[in-house]
Amino acid sequence: MAPRIGVYICHCGVNIAATVDVERVTRFAQGLPSVAIARDYTYMCSDPGQALIKEDIKEFGLTKVVVASCSPMMHEPTFRGTIQEAGLNPYCLEMANIREQCSWVHEEEEEATPKAIQLVAAAVGKALLLEPLEERRADVTPTALVIGGGIAGMQASLDIAKAGFQVYLVEKEPRLGGHLAQLDKTFPTLESVAPLLAEEIKEVEGHPNIDLLTSTEVVGLEGYIGNFKVICRAADVTRELKVGTIVVATGYDLFDARLKPEYGYGVYGKVITGLEFERLASSSGSRIWVKGKEPQDVVFIQCVGSRDKSVGQEYCSRICCMYSAKQALLVKEMLPQARVTVLYMDVRAYGKGFEEFYDQVRAKGVIYRRGNPSEIYRKGERLVIRAEDTLLGEAVQLEADLVVLATGITPRRDSPKIANLLKLPRSPDGFFMEAHPKLRPVDTVTRGIYLAGCCQGPKDIADTVAQAKAAAASAMIPLCQGQVKVEAVTSIIDEELCSGCGICAEICVYDALSLHERKGVMTINEVLCKGCGACAAACPSKAIELSHFTPAQILAQVDALV
Amino acid sequence: MEGQNLAQAYSLFECIQCGRCTGGCPMSLKTRFNIRRLIYEALVDEDMDLQSKEVLWDCTTCATCTLRCPKGLDPTDIVIGMRSILVDGGRIPPTIRDALKSLAIRGNPLTMAREERADWAEGLGVKEISEGAKVLYFVGCSPSYDPRVQKVAKALVQAFKKADVDFGILGNEEVCCGSEARRVGETGLFEMLREMNLETLGQYPMELMVTISPHCYNTFQNEYQGLDFKVQHYTQFVAGLIEEGKLPLSKEVERVVTYQDPCFLGKQNKIFEEPRKILESIPGLELRELDRSRERSLCCEGGGGRMWAEGTNPEERLAHTRVQEAMDLGAEVLATACPFCLLTLEDAAKTVAGEDGLQVMDIMELVVEAL
Repeated sequence: MAPRIGVYICHCGVNIAATVDVERVTRFAQGLPSVAIARDYTYMCSDPGQALIKEDIKEFGLTKVVVASCSPMMHEPTFRGTIQEAGLNPYCLEMANIREQCSWVHEEEEEATPKAIQLVAAAVGKALLLEPLEERRADVTPTALVIGGGIAGMQASLDIAKAGFQVYLVEKEPRLGGHLAQLDKTFPTLESVAPLLAEEIKEVEGHPNIDLLTSTEVVGLEGYIGNFKVICRAADVTRELKVGTIVVATGYDLFDARLKPEYGYGVYGKVITGLEFERLASSSGSRIWVKGKEPQDVVFIQCVGSRDKSVGQEYCSRICCMYSAKQALLVKEMLPQARVTVLYMDVRAYGKGFEEFYDQVRAKGVIYRRGNPSEIYRKGERLVIRAEDTLLGEAVQLEADLVVLATGITPRRDSPKIANLLKLPRSPDGFFMEAHPKLRPVDTVTRGIYLAGCCQGPKDIADTVAQAKAAAASAMIPLCQGQVKVEAVTSIIDEELCSGCGICAEICVYDALSLHERKGVMTINEVLCKGCGACAAACPSKAIELSHFTPAQILAQVDALV
Repeated sequence: MEGQNLAQAYSLFECIQCGRCTGGCPMSLKTRFNIRRLIYEALVDEDMDLQSKEVLWDCTTCATCTLRCPKGLDPTDIVIGMRSILVDGGRIPPTIRDALKSLAIRGNPLTMAREERADWAEGLGVKEISEGAKVLYFVGCSPSYDPRVQKVAKALVQAFKKADVDFGILGNEEVCCGSEARRVGETGLFEMLREMNLETLGQYPMELMVTISPHCYNTFQNEYQGLDFKVQHYTQFVAGLIEEGKLPLSKEVERVVTYQDPCFLGKQNKIFEEPRKILESIPGLELRELDRSRERSLCCEGGGGRMWAEGTNPEERLAHTRVQEAMDLGAEVLATACPFCLLTLEDAAKTVAGEDGLQVMDIMELVVEAL
């Protein structure tokens, strides 16, 4: 059957129509061979716009559809759905981007309209040669893997387990709890961490759906969404787990205060980190002792390794303002006579109940002085903190018996290794990167792998738990569906031409190619293949073709352009 | 409009007024000089009047502020920019003006004759680089003319000879590197000196330049472009000679020594280890560290043109504090590796400790004692 093509030119309101003479483009398209019908419409993506396409497919017996509108990133899935509903294969659609690549970048109609015409001609050229492709599905292993046994990993595991799915919870350390286990009380409610954590751990350990693997590390990952094969190692024993989805909850490391040598951490015993203060506070009961004495002057220093380009930590760690406020309050409560000073540059009390808590801390007599200190040195038994009180505009030297550094959160030092293992991109700050900062905050670019907690960026306990629950919910979607869609655009190997050299396998970042042992040629795992085309470009024997982007299709596009 | 121009030129809009610059500034301990506040004024006051800001001459350009700034700004350079405006308007302390005039006419800020520059080397058998040598020994102004620092220049010659280093000096062709001219805001003069030096240096094929002063080192290393040889401070070069076994230190030097990190060597160029390695390889010498050392070292107040200008509080001297700290440590010798530190600290030691008290020495002087 000869191809019958329908061409649809979108105005996108004035986005396209103000610069492109859409009627002229439509008249041009109508004149092309094989074009049965060409139309323009205000918004092709709107319901009436889509209805127009569907009616034409039936009325004119269209076999291919070209939509000239925005980027395929925006609406290709929409129009694929449209033509599928009218009985066409979704891959019989071709889009011409006359918005981002045309109307938005040209000011003159004399430039934009001929370019739009060319783009439409190219799309029609390719559409003539489009082949229907089959969308395939793969079964999902109804089990999840959670990496990391801190509060994020425990919460995600519990949610998935409670929904009725099997969970493997892998923790590197012998015990659950992560950093939370090192904390004394939470902000802003001053709740004791120990009972809270004990209950959570008890629930995780007791849940029949959770298979807890402590002192265990993930060392290998193969497969794809629905069918991951995870290699774990405990001591010298290696074990393989089959899971459908993965939640990464690997946590964070504390900023190494030695990288700010001006504060003398590691030189002076009386300069400690916030996390060390937690231990001090929880072990000493109702008093605080520093070298056998109650401190008279305690100084908290904010933003140590946060908001600081000089140590490559540009971001705000989000938790330090509040944990320092909490710790300052604890000191004031335990030692009412002590002078407690917080040296800050900005106080960020953004969360629920935070500002009220900050008020409460100051009301108790904690002094906030604006000015981030620059240096600490020794004066006899005591320490001197050099700073400028920026509100006074004067340099000050405060004496102290205890200095607590509000050290920030950094990506785990082993995160490059984990990123490499799980093929996770990292954002410029070094944390694992979410698929979209607003709309897909727990997804990653690897389908089936989700993020929870501080491995994605600094956050407090409440936000961590919220994200863990979100990641658990997202990880359960494929488990609930039982099947996942597999990309139809994949590479195809011509076994006659393939020499089995393996260059394609070397450059494939998805590990989708392997040598067929008996045939001596390369074979492709169509489920792993993302259709990027790198192998097709690299193959020296021209034995690989990318479906939907075949040389013939692309040359037809080029022919129409030049 | 000065404020706005400065804000644009130095990205002051990125400043978050955290106060680390002023908090770490050695001068904020003793004068009203407040760089954080000056930045703020430049940002908010379009009509900021710099002409009355005498405190700008307090800055030693030690660069602690730059080191501490969390936003990657360079407050030291901002001070230099502000000084340029003062210099352009003719508002300059007369003593600095005299030094600049001498620099322009004689190639040194010490009002000494150009043709006497190499007099210190007479009779030492030092060849000139024009005769061909692998290493150019860039002596610098104070070591060439100042009788106290000449001892360091000679000590280095003694060590070079002992280690069979193939070296030469520029002799009377040598002119100031321009470090101080740039730091007092005389950019034009700095550029002139740089051009002169580049022209002279371009004539001679050599592999390496070794300087006595960390100020010269910093300038050649960071503020000259297009040098086709390596630049080292002498502590780097000598530490290398010792490590390679070319400079055997055999005599015991039984002294308790502490070390002052020069700002231009330590804070600004992160050369902390080499000076200590040299001291530690001297037999019998006991090295005791000052509490404020390395990145927290206290400036001697000799840089940024301060050798010729007292600043707004000449009574209190940080060098005095430093000498006292060294004495509290039980040190017999306060060692350093910078001509400016040597002069300011020795001056302070005479006042604080008396003539027979704490000795201030350059590391090289201790090295030759051990030869």
